[in-house]
Amino acid sequence: MEFLNALVTLSNFMLVPALAYGSQLALGALGITLIYSILRFAHFAHGDTMALGTAAVIGGTFFLQGQGIGIAPLPTALLAVPFGVLVMVGYLLAADRLVYRYYRRVRAKPMIFVMASLGVMFVTNGITRLFMGVGETRFEDGERFVFSVREFRAFTGLAEGLALRNAQAITIVTALIVMIVLFWFLTRTRAGKSMRAYSDNEDLALLSGINPERVVTITWVITAILLVLAGTLYGLDKGFRAFNYFQLLLPMFAAAILGGLGSPIGAIVGAYVVAFAEMGVTFAWRRVAGYLLPEGFEPSGMVQLLPVDYKFAVTFMILVIVLLFRPTGIFKGRVL
Amino acid sequence: MTARGFGLFALMGLVLLGVGALQSWQLAITILNMSLISAIMALGVNMQWGYAGLFNVGVMGFTAIGGLAVVLVAQPPVPEAWAAGGMGALLGLLLGVASILAAVVVYKRLPKGRLRALAMVAVLVAGYFITSAVFGPATQAIEAVNPASEGYLGGLGLPVVLAWPVGALFAGGVAWMVGKVSLGLRSDYLAIATLGISEIVIAVLKFEGWMSRGVNNVTGIDRPVVRPVDLQTESWLQALAETLGWEVQQTASVVSGLGYAALFTLVLGLLIWLSERAWTSPWGRMMRAIRDNEVSARAMGKDVTQRHLAVFILGSAVCGLAGAMMVSMDGQLTPGSYEPLRYTFLIWVMVIVGGSGNNWGAVLGGFVVWFLWVQVEPAGRWFMELATAGMADGSDLKDHLLGSASYMRLLTMGVALLLMLRFAPRGLIPER
Repeated sequence: MEFLNALVTLSNFMLVPALAYGSQLALGALGITLIYSILRFAHFAHGDTMALGTAAVIGGTFFLQGQGIGIAPLPTALLAVPFGVLVMVGYLLAADRLVYRYYRRVRAKPMIFVMASLGVMFVTNGITRLFMGVGETRFEDGERFVFSVREFRAFTGLAEGLALRNAQAITIVTALIVMIVLFWFLTRTRAGKSMRAYSDNEDLALLSGINPERVVTITWVITAILLVLAGTLYGLDKGFRAFNYFQLLLPMFAAAILGGLGSPIGAIVGAYVVAFAEMGVTFAWRRVAGYLLPEGFEPSGMVQLLPVDYKFAVTFMILVIVLLFRPTGIFKGRVL
Repeated sequence: MTARGFGLFALMGLVLLGVGALQSWQLAITILNMSLISAIMALGVNMQWGYAGLFNVGVMGFTAIGGLAVVLVAQPPVPEAWAAGGMGALLGLLLGVASILAAVVVYKRLPKGRLRALAMVAVLVAGYFITSAVFGPATQAIEAVNPASEGYLGGLGLPVVLAWPVGALFAGGVAWMVGKVSLGLRSDYLAIATLGISEIVIAVLKFEGWMSRGVNNVTGIDRPVVRPVDLQTESWLQALAETLGWEVQQTASVVSGLGYAALFTLVLGLLIWLSERAWTSPWGRMMRAIRDNEVSARAMGKDVTQRHLAVFILGSAVCGLAGAMMVSMDGQLTPGSYEPLRYTFLIWVMVIVGGSGNNWGAVLGGFVVWFLWVQVEPAGRWFMELATAGMADGSDLKDHLLGSASYMRLLTMGVALLLMLRFAPRGLIPER
């Protein structure tokens, strides 16, 4: 009983939120890693384009709500995702044509690309704030819980409760589906294979008749889908604030580097490692320890390794450890 | 500097004079002072990017740590807080450093394998618990001392100008740690590592109340120049105000601002002189050789990673110096006000617009971009008012558009950066 209670409270406050957060990070990190392996630069505008995509979805959601269209018990935002994807495909392709394509043509250094993505970041940031401001916007509707703490307690008779929020369940399921589809696409379809070939060896790919501009276009389209989904799921889970999306940049990059830049499976594994580390280190273990330790040994403090404000420090430590001991990441991505 | 450079600087000076004549002299002086500080930050970034091609996205962190130096040096110490837990906090810090050093020793001494990894983890975990057992209670005791106005250890109570080099030292120290880890790897790893460290520095400033009062801000820091309030009572100032036909209050703030301007110009001039000397010296030639072709520089026997580390530390130290100067000008440290767009990415726009690889260019960029940053907001509001003039008063859309006019400047900066990068990548004053 004690053990079950410990497990339930751990799941409720750490495992489930970390799983959801990890799934959101994974979708973001996949985008970063794809851009890195095809276009060969670190996409600094990722967080802010995610915010803009989410803003488009929110706009769509509000419109649908105004029309009285919904898919309760699921949030209306899911219905607006295709609209957001459409907007972001247009936006990213426009950015590519207006900004990045020139540098590809002149074969600029990777750092110039990064600088250009900084410019895109600024512009995107401005546009997002123009529409959304800097405050928090909540756009979750429909049913809030798959099951709530009270229902869970009544059902199991345990002292501790476990709640599964709708947003969390949707996040985990969606991420799983997207990952499966993405891997199917990369390994089974002609377009996916040409992407992998291009990423692996640019010259050989060109020689075998793969059109690089087409590969780039497909990459941006996939990135748009990934980042709109990641942004929307994150926003459903935690509410939309433009600055939070910018701050996701660090954990997403850490995940991609930890997994091995350019390796999709690495990005997913890295994202979950980062999410669980962040949550685990900033989680107050007091109640869990109270159940597990024998009578009389209950901890007096919170048993929290680091305050929540330092979650970036956790991500950063992971990054430092990777850079020090295995710069290629877990799955041997590319390194200079 | 070329004739073109002189011309552009003269133009910038005229524009500032125009602001003084048309808007107000106080505004002109405020813009001038912040431009000088921005120019110093841009100079620091230019050392890293222009001299060595290093991409530092953590300027915000280095300026903030410089700002912390001002508090630690210039604020008077709080004896009660020291009595309550000063020694405990220091001991805790020492223990933390000692456990990291112990882990490093374990790593160096033991043979590679599972045992080494386990021993390292054990040392770190033990170190963490010992450290937090000492550190936690001590900092809590400090923060409990008169929390409304103190609740921190205070500083050393030394003259505030002394804090400027200390700020540079702090920033350089942090840069050493980051550079040691991420230099010598892929070039964008440094970018991501600096992005991380800058967020952490801000988190530390916000959270470690015993050191920086956190989000409660430290205010009333000693200033290096007489405050306008104290100037107002001086008879010579009142006479000056009468000759100019200005209000005493306005004259006082302009005179005080000019004091800062003189001080900052002195520092900026010294830095430019030093960097120009460095640029034309054999060291500068070596740095450019490394930047332009790392492989051949390596072949010539240059230790590229070490040279990169040195210039990274130097550039970050200059950013720290600027951060310290900024805090001592404002007279307060507000950890909540540091945001990356303003303190990191804007500085980058300055360097790119001004001309990377040219010290005068970076300085000019600091002036031009800061001027735009300040002035685009009213311009954006004016533009929005024009655009919404046809709409009905009180409509939601109109209010929304007017309210978000301030975000126009982010857009403008982004567009400026992209246009410069595309059409004039060498900037306003190109590298020679």
